[in-house]
Amino acid sequence: MRYLYYPGCSLKSTGKSYEESLLAVFKALKMDVVEINDWNCCGATAYMAVDETKAFAIAARNLALAEEQFNKEEEIHVIAPCSACYMVLLKTKMFLEQNLAEKGRIKNALKESGLNYEGKVKIRHPLDVLVNDIGVKEIAKAVTHPLKGVKVASYYGCQTVRPYSTFDDQREPHTMDDITAAIGAESVDWPLKTRCCGASLTGTIDRVGLPLSFMILKEASKRRADVVSTSCPLCQFNLECYQDNMNKQFRNDIHIGVVYFSQLMGLALGIDPKTLGMNRLFVPPENVYKIMKGGEKVYV
Amino acid sequence: MSNTNGNGTIKGITPRIGFYICHCGHNIAAMVDVEKVQKFVASLPGVVVSRDYKYMCSDPGQELVQKDIKELKLNRIVVASCSPLLHEHTFRRAVEKAGLNPFFFHMVNIRENVSWVTDNREQATAKANALARAAIQRVFFHKSLETKKVPINPDVLIVGGGIAGIHAALTIANAGKHVYLVEREPTIGGHMAMFDKTFPTLDCAACILTPKMSSVKNHPNITLWTYSEVEKVEGFVGNYKVNIKRKPRYVIEELCVGCMDCIDACIYKEAKYPDEFNQGLSKRKPIYIPFPQATPQVVLFDPETCIDFKSHRCKKTCIEACDRKAIDLKQVPEYKEINVGTVILATGFKTYDAEKSPQYGYKKFPNVFTSLEIERIVNASGPTNGEVLTKEGNIPKSVGIIHCVGSRDEKAHKWCSRVCCMYSLKLAHLIKEHTGAEVYNFYIDMRTPGKGYEEFYDKLMNEGVHFVRGRVAEVTDWALIPEEEHKLTIRVEDTLIGVVRRIPVDMVVLAVGMEPREDAQDIRRMFNISCSTEGFFLERHPKLAPVSTFTDGIFIAGGCQGPRDIPDSVAQAGAAAAEALSLISAGSIELEPNTASIIESFCSGCKSCIPLCPYSAISFNEGTKKAVINEALCKGCGTCVAACPSGSIIQNLFEDEQIFSEIDGLLKFAGIELEEMEVVNA
Amino acid sequence: MDTTIDVKSFAPNGKQNGYNGKAKMINRKIKYESELSSDFKETIAELAHGEKLYGCIQCGTCSATCPVSHYMDYTPRKIIQMVREGFRDDVLKSSTVWLCASCYSCTVECPKGIKITDVMYALKREAISAGYFPKRFPTPVLAENFFAQVLNNGRNSEGPLLMKMYMKTNPFNALKNTMLAFRLWKTGRLTLKTEHTKDRKSLKKLLGSIDKQKEALAK
Repeated sequence: MRYLYYPGCSLKSTGKSYEESLLAVFKALKMDVVEINDWNCCGATAYMAVDETKAFAIAARNLALAEEQFNKEEEIHVIAPCSACYMVLLKTKMFLEQNLAEKGRIKNALKESGLNYEGKVKIRHPLDVLVNDIGVKEIAKAVTHPLKGVKVASYYGCQTVRPYSTFDDQREPHTMDDITAAIGAESVDWPLKTRCCGASLTGTIDRVGLPLSFMILKEASKRRADVVSTSCPLCQFNLECYQDNMNKQFRNDIHIGVVYFSQLMGLALGIDPKTLGMNRLFVPPENVYKIMKGGEKVYV
Repeated sequence: MSNTNGNGTIKGITPRIGFYICHCGHNIAAMVDVEKVQKFVASLPGVVVSRDYKYMCSDPGQELVQKDIKELKLNRIVVASCSPLLHEHTFRRAVEKAGLNPFFFHMVNIRENVSWVTDNREQATAKANALARAAIQRVFFHKSLETKKVPINPDVLIVGGGIAGIHAALTIANAGKHVYLVEREPTIGGHMAMFDKTFPTLDCAACILTPKMSSVKNHPNITLWTYSEVEKVEGFVGNYKVNIKRKPRYVIEELCVGCMDCIDACIYKEAKYPDEFNQGLSKRKPIYIPFPQATPQVVLFDPETCIDFKSHRCKKTCIEACDRKAIDLKQVPEYKEINVGTVILATGFKTYDAEKSPQYGYKKFPNVFTSLEIERIVNASGPTNGEVLTKEGNIPKSVGIIHCVGSRDEKAHKWCSRVCCMYSLKLAHLIKEHTGAEVYNFYIDMRTPGKGYEEFYDKLMNEGVHFVRGRVAEVTDWALIPEEEHKLTIRVEDTLIGVVRRIPVDMVVLAVGMEPREDAQDIRRMFNISCSTEGFFLERHPKLAPVSTFTDGIFIAGGCQGPRDIPDSVAQAGAAAAEALSLISAGSIELEPNTASIIESFCSGCKSCIPLCPYSAISFNEGTKKAVINEALCKGCGTCVAACPSGSIIQNLFEDEQIFSEIDGLLKFAGIELEEMEVVNA
Repeated sequence: MDTTIDVKSFAPNGKQNGYNGKAKMINRKIKYESELSSDFKETIAELAHGEKLYGCIQCGTCSATCPVSHYMDYTPRKIIQMVREGFRDDVLKSSTVWLCASCYSCTVECPKGIKITDVMYALKREAISAGYFPKRFPTPVLAENFFAQVLNNGRNSEGPLLMKMYMKTNPFNALKNTMLAFRLWKTGRLTLKTEHTKDRKSLKKLLGSIDKQKEALAK
């Protein structure tokens, strides 16, 4: 089976290492993945706040592009790694199925711009594809450097599992933990797996957003996690890049690696750290490196 | 208002039809132009008189029909009004009183089927016209029929030995009739036997229940079969044949006196299997008795855990210990067949599985309990002898009771379970009494509509129990401040203040709601009754026939019909008993004469109808080589009529001529004519 | 006693609420039916594709599960009730809708199946079109700039987007985050270059067509 890949804006900038590590892992698992030609922004959460029809129209354009590119296939699987993109594309697909009047309007508009949308696209999250299509057994087989002894706090955030996705449990998701187990690491049991990181608030109204991110990191380190594993570029950005601001604001000394689950997978599959974009991290996951080298863990 | 018209003769029948359309106050007249329908029907062939009247079911309405029958010599009557379920009987009786066979009457439903289901007056009137014409054409072919009477067997079957089944059984047995009480569990008592105190009086559940349990056991008119299940039901009102399976206890019930010496002698010195009666909070041995006052007072074996059933290598110390030789490890199921006239289903309910609401952490956090578990914990004969302790063995300093778990929730059950507010108040009182803890009740709306219930709520508020109006979002071990460490924190909006609160507690009680039993659908099929959408047994009428079902002679009581508390269950059980006794007292029941019969000259003797009959009413006459229908057994289901390849079976009230001319009457409104039926309008 | 009271003279912005000029100390809170918008709930229900909000039982699960409700001037539960009862102006002026981070917890947890996040989106759109949102509040500014950027370029460029937002709302914040921006640039995670799709015409056509169809519909 081959897949189309919808990166979204973040995976080309702040979330660059998500793209790098994910594509490297796909390659290592011999998956056939192609980027959608000339995709556009999904609209994220901001667009919906201004004009709903347009928000659905621009998202639908990507679905139409996917159908154009894979026009011979019965079912087109589009991998959307960014939570916001994944949720928006999924919401768009469902909205078009349920609101026929809007669907007609959007189909007309697509036609005018030279595109067509049939509804053959399936929106997939990489966690869904890796666990349900490839399977944890296959992943485990490909592991060359098991992350034995590494304690991982799986952090799914909101929109990977809510509200439309069905591949995992909305309250107690487990796919990322399944992958953690497959690469030989250990999952930390913690209650904040799907608690909001603050999303755009962390950057915009930090008085509200920053505490949310901080509480998540605090709980992860309290539960002795060596690293926080994420599946969303905004979560990763908020949790990692604002650690200095958090320490200043809350007079704390938090210092915990926040990486993409694909980066941990890559390390376990023996892919070199630079290919995985590890060099782009502000807070390198020291404990992971130490354990991989057989050294002692240091808790802060 | 009335219109009269001449008559027409069809196939030698000279019908003189009277048509009456009812306004039903505004119920029909507001949406159907009754005068227009009345005038339209007056113009139809065979109609002698057509009238509209405000309330046809009233005495003057009925007298109107009777007067017309006598004065105008009417021989067919059609009334267009409400559902036949409500008033068919009324009008048939009125017609009969006027000297006409009641089956020359036909009823058209233009209320439930027309005026109540549209807001278009024009279309409603057209539909009423169509239905009226269909009825006029149908009634042409009606015949004089006699109702049949069947005797009622005075014995009663009651399924389920909870408080409802127990109360119904005692009521009927005290009236001198025989009752078979069948209970699936090894003891009767149901959920009530697990409770500690009962609201709002706080009297001890066991003190008021166990005397009734032993009355059941000792009553000469009650045959009690516990650890037994109904397997098959055949027949109809007055004459049900029921097959019952008695599961093996591996103990001879008649010999065992419940001394429990065998339990002490079991080679397992320690009890190690979860005790069902205590909600798994304590352990039992493979040979056990559910609780000290179990009725009957007889031990039983659990073959799943007894070593001898697995390996046949046990020393069988239990058998040696029994000086009455009551243990029989080779016991097999026993099958009983009984004949009863009526049945009362009191199969009870199930509590909601709290694991389905994972946000409350049941089974994840050891100190989250269901209300049923707490009932056992506060009970003196429960797993902790009545001491309320956390899993760590400490007395809790604070306890949160979460209402509406599994109720009023689209993801679980939409309904309010009715009892949870009150039992939560009771548990709050008991927990406070046992521990002195701060107790918090988290409720969406407080529902205390019952005698003395609001007063009980008032009492609890004065006892200093906290009431926070808000549905809890989550129970978490995520501590944000030092006071929350090693506690369970409840996150809730105190909606009366408008502030989100985090309340740390040592123990959480989930007030789980009531839901239908897993096998309610199987029971429904077995007894041929209906369930409402949520899966509880459906009553015949929510107000006027609350314990009857759509199957005559089958009654329902207690939690199987919907969530209810003990007083309501007992009241319903009494009502169901009275309904059964009323039938028994009448001695017989009149049945619709809608039975099928064979036109011998058409029957080819193919026998295809015989296996189809669900009531075994059809046999084959080897002499004439024709099928024969036993009218006493026929229930008028029509299966054989539809299946007969030679069209040789006819059914009273549903003869081809009647049905086709009714269809023809309807189709005329769409401009369609049935060729064969053109005679009707000749 | 049939004197008609002029409701406006009691309006909350009136000076007579004050106590020696200290208007904040004693506030008069009363709502007259004539101040409410009776069609507000229908408007929002239509915009949010859901009449389920009519069935809200005010249980507060949304507020309790919301990660930011403790910063809002009205909790989400209150917003639903205010929408139902027509408190249009108070709702559209509230900070609540702009603090919603679209995490969808409330939507998942609501026992009555109300899509609260979608209601919040509907309120955001209504507030923008009514010109009601707080002027220097970053979230609506971000939304509008984001919208414009995607309209023109097809993609969003995080660097320029954030710059614009900070300049329009709180330039001090931009300074505070210069270090962060520098580190992002150094690790190759941020550029000030504007991203765009190759074919910018097709997207313009698409959105133009939506406008045309909406105009036709309005006629």
